[in-house]
Amino acid sequence: MTAFTPLQSTLGGALIGLAAVLLMALIGRVAGMTGIVSGLLPGGEGQGAQGRGWRAAFLLGAAAAPALMLALGAPVPFDNPVPRPLLVLGGLLVGIGVTYGGGCTSGHGVCGNARLSPRSLVATLTFMLTAFATVYVIRHVIGGV
Amino acid sequence: MPVLTALLAGLIFGAGIALSGMINPAKVLNFFDLAGDWDPSLAFVMAGALAVTFAGYRLVLKRLQPLLAPRFHLPTRRDLDPALIGGSALFGIGWGIAGFCPGGAIPALGLGQPDAAIFVAAMVAGIALTRWLRP
Repeated sequence: MTAFTPLQSTLGGALIGLAAVLLMALIGRVAGMTGIVSGLLPGGEGQGAQGRGWRAAFLLGAAAAPALMLALGAPVPFDNPVPRPLLVLGGLLVGIGVTYGGGCTSGHGVCGNARLSPRSLVATLTFMLTAFATVYVIRHVIGGV
Repeated sequence: MPVLTALLAGLIFGAGIALSGMINPAKVLNFFDLAGDWDPSLAFVMAGALAVTFAGYRLVLKRLQPLLAPRFHLPTRRDLDPALIGGSALFGIGWGIAGFCPGGAIPALGLGQPDAAIFVAAMVAGIALTRWLRP
């Protein structure tokens, strides 16, 4: 069981949206985690100090915020029920999938859908559908975690 | 300046991921578990994020250029191809297995959780492998 948190989740979502709007308004970039991470890899589009700087800064900020919240005494619930071999499998599939699909929950799900992009709408419906199906199969057909 | 801007946007993004519960794999997996202990919270995350981004983008993209950069970098493709659909399907399967998506996992690194680091390492390997194999 995890607690139903409509208020925190809506506010948290609004912050994610605010971050996306700021990044677009100020430097004209999509706040898509897939594109930002892969742009930093060798051969990615974020080459040179200019391409790398904002991407690295965004990732640093994204990881620093929860650490700051913990340091300030704000609760950040975290519980991972998935065994490590499945985390590796899941991570590989996510990495391969978002590269072919050209985005993830932030890039397609938030930024692309907010621009009414047909590719993002189809991508979002597809990954939500397969995620629901995968959890159903793992928890209720196989009876796993 | 662009680097400081991105740092600020990243901080706000990470705080949103943490506050919303997207950082927590147990909560993400319970959102996908309609037939079990369903936790609908993540629908509220998406609603909050989309409402703000939709309204904010409308204002921002009316302008000719961003405040601190020469142009907006926006995807222009509108076609639906097998890579988009197949890739997204694989992403959803991985998300359903691990409970992390890229935007949830990077902030989780900041919690000092080794499981988040294991997921991110595998995810980056998946991205790098695909980019290397793909023409």
